[in-house]
Amino acid sequence: MIEPIQKPRRKNPLQRTQLPTSPPRARSRASHGFTRAAAEGRFMLQHCGACGTFCYPARDACPACLSADLAFTDAPRRGTLLSETTLHIPADVHFRERAPWRIGLVAMECGPTLVTHLHADCEEGGPVVMSFQLDKSGQAVAFAHPERETPNMTDDRQWREMTADPKFRRVLVTNGRSIVGQEVVAALKTAGASIVFVGVAEPWKPFRGEDALRAMEGVEIVPLDIGDEKSVADLAADVGGKVDILVNTTEHVRAGGLLDRQGTSVVRDEIDQSYLGFVHLAQAFGSSMRMRGSDGVNSAAAWVNILSVYALANWPAFGAYSASQAACLSLSHCLRAELRSGGVKVVNVFTGPLDIEWFQTVPPPKVAPRAVASAIVSALKRGLEDVFVGDVAEEIRQRLAANPKAVERELGA
Amino acid sequence: MQSSIRTPYDRVVMAVPVTIPYVRYSVESAQWWIGRALKALVDGAGITPRDIDGFCVSSFTAGLDSGIGLTQHFGLCVRWIDTIPLGGASAIAALRRAARAVQAGDARIVACVAGDTNHVDSFRYTLENFSRFNQDAVYPYGAGGANASFALIARNYMRTFGAKREDFGKIAVAQRSNALRNPDALMKAPLTIERYMSARPIADPIHLFDCVMPCAGAEAFLVMGEDVAASLNLPAARILATIERHNAFGDDPVQVRGGWAVDVDELYAMAGVKPDDLDFVETYDDYPVISMMQFEDLGFCRKGEGPDFVRQHDLTIDGSFPHNTSGGQLSVGQAGAGGAYLGVVEALRQVLGQAGPTQVRDARVGLASGFGMINYDRGLASGAAILAGPGA
Repeated sequence: MIEPIQKPRRKNPLQRTQLPTSPPRARSRASHGFTRAAAEGRFMLQHCGACGTFCYPARDACPACLSADLAFTDAPRRGTLLSETTLHIPADVHFRERAPWRIGLVAMECGPTLVTHLHADCEEGGPVVMSFQLDKSGQAVAFAHPERETPNMTDDRQWREMTADPKFRRVLVTNGRSIVGQEVVAALKTAGASIVFVGVAEPWKPFRGEDALRAMEGVEIVPLDIGDEKSVADLAADVGGKVDILVNTTEHVRAGGLLDRQGTSVVRDEIDQSYLGFVHLAQAFGSSMRMRGSDGVNSAAAWVNILSVYALANWPAFGAYSASQAACLSLSHCLRAELRSGGVKVVNVFTGPLDIEWFQTVPPPKVAPRAVASAIVSALKRGLEDVFVGDVAEEIRQRLAANPKAVERELGA
Repeated sequence: MQSSIRTPYDRVVMAVPVTIPYVRYSVESAQWWIGRALKALVDGAGITPRDIDGFCVSSFTAGLDSGIGLTQHFGLCVRWIDTIPLGGASAIAALRRAARAVQAGDARIVACVAGDTNHVDSFRYTLENFSRFNQDAVYPYGAGGANASFALIARNYMRTFGAKREDFGKIAVAQRSNALRNPDALMKAPLTIERYMSARPIADPIHLFDCVMPCAGAEAFLVMGEDVAASLNLPAARILATIERHNAFGDDPVQVRGGWAVDVDELYAMAGVKPDDLDFVETYDDYPVISMMQFEDLGFCRKGEGPDFVRQHDLTIDGSFPHNTSGGQLSVGQAGAGGAYLGVVEALRQVLGQAGPTQVRDARVGLASGFGMINYDRGLASGAAILAGPGA
């Protein structure tokens, strides 16, 4: 049984910060099928289109019939833990400082055998349920879970290395004025975040929901205007060393594309708030988060962006807004690459139009701010990297996979 | 016993067993070690490098060089060449290929060599770059080489067949006592079963004395026609039989047997001997559990009887079942691909009566085996050979 983790005490500033190390990162190109599965929280194996064999590790031909038709397919997750070992003296630096570390051999009901990390409650000879996770190198690894829920199971030491669980972590939510921001704060507190800093621009101006926000224990309102480089830098100077999770809830939505607008002032606002705001945040908070990626129970763990799903395919009715989101998406991949050496995840939460005033004219279905908040917490707890919230976002994801040209024509119809 | 349809290795012999004594770490290159082994071969045979017209080499640490680059490095002009990257099965494979080349007249004298260096960081480099499956699906789990893979295999074997750590310990302790008679063995301190049992855990149930020590060294032998050996006045051993099998029993969920089990009947049929007729056995021993599996798969007892077989035999040089008489990799050290050759070269010495302090009395016929390449969850390559000395 897992002992619950304890809330970390205040850090002794004289003690060395444990520097992040990466588990082995090299993978074959085919193996990144698992990276994709892990990013979305799916369990996929290669499945032979010719003979139906599931295989593992990643191959370029089926070991049963030599067909090259080996698509990654959602696969049954159940298996049996055949054998396990506890590594006491691993050769690799990353695992050496985390030893003892438990791994095992799982025979999947669908056929293949997986070398896997183990949750502590997995028992040899017993049933397990598998997932692929992104480890501290950002690459996919197999992880075996007990079949049923066990006490304190999310506190498992090896599991916590794969996730960015908010429990006992300190969070910065960048926009407390928005409904989404307020819902995210509430959800993170419920998930056990020890403190949530909430950015509010010009905090002397009252806003809806302010009283509820101020009444929450462990929530601290801090001045933050992310379009203003100095404001962001000032906040980082105050709290930058104790932000373990950053949730960028910046929201700057305006309707319109190119031809029905005069001049560039609206476009510039969109870029200033969404894109440059992201740049300011990354430059102010990114490097200290990367430095603190292995800093114990409340190590820096994740950076979350809320992006419109129209970052992936322009929606001309909100065309300039879509472009600003596409710029943020591109930048998020840059940030992801730069934070990877610290083991800090970048989570992109893609959403369709939110049920907020700026999408007043858009017909349902729309996404409730609370749904975005709970998707963020779920992604952090499960260690995901790409999340689609709501029916619109999920539909766009599927349509893009099928035919991006059709999506372009239909959104522009 | 089934009859063999394999062509016997008539008029082909092995000669000139060479070991370049191992060191834990070496600042020299793999090429340096291979060069020393070639020099010892030509000196031992009383020939010149120009007389070598076949070259077969194995090395993990020769960097960019395969056999062809090494011919220019060593000034060899050969008409037959092979580079064998089969890890612990490389020596058996080298012997098989070289013997057929000589038999067919494609080469007259083949030098079979394995040599590796061990810089302070080269073992880790070998681990990181071992194979694609290893890179994708083993190394990211902290497995760090074969320790974890064999831990998973050993634990399953123990649970399935009732093997105890003490049984593995008996293999390791016997080999250490053999090694104390071998001046070239890196391990010089006696090993007791108490010390074995109390050693620090590496990856349960693998403890320190279940593991080999990576080191630098080289091993080699020559393969030539019987007439050539006679004209050079070289004591020579005949090759009674060989087998080789890769990626066998892929459907076994965890490895409990190696490829030997597929072909073992043919091995003895071709050799015309029974397991009882062997005077000694040199198994591939990167972990004792693998030696125990070989006792089963090579026909000394049935599957699952390995632990009892070990309990009932004295595995030392003078014992009832002389095993890994040099001390094996567990006590001599694992010089990379040289580890594949260690047992084969020792077997050659034994049947030639040249084993000196580790000589088994009246050894005439013996077996050496190979095993290697933990590509993912199991060892893929396996092989074995039965050799006979002049008196057999």
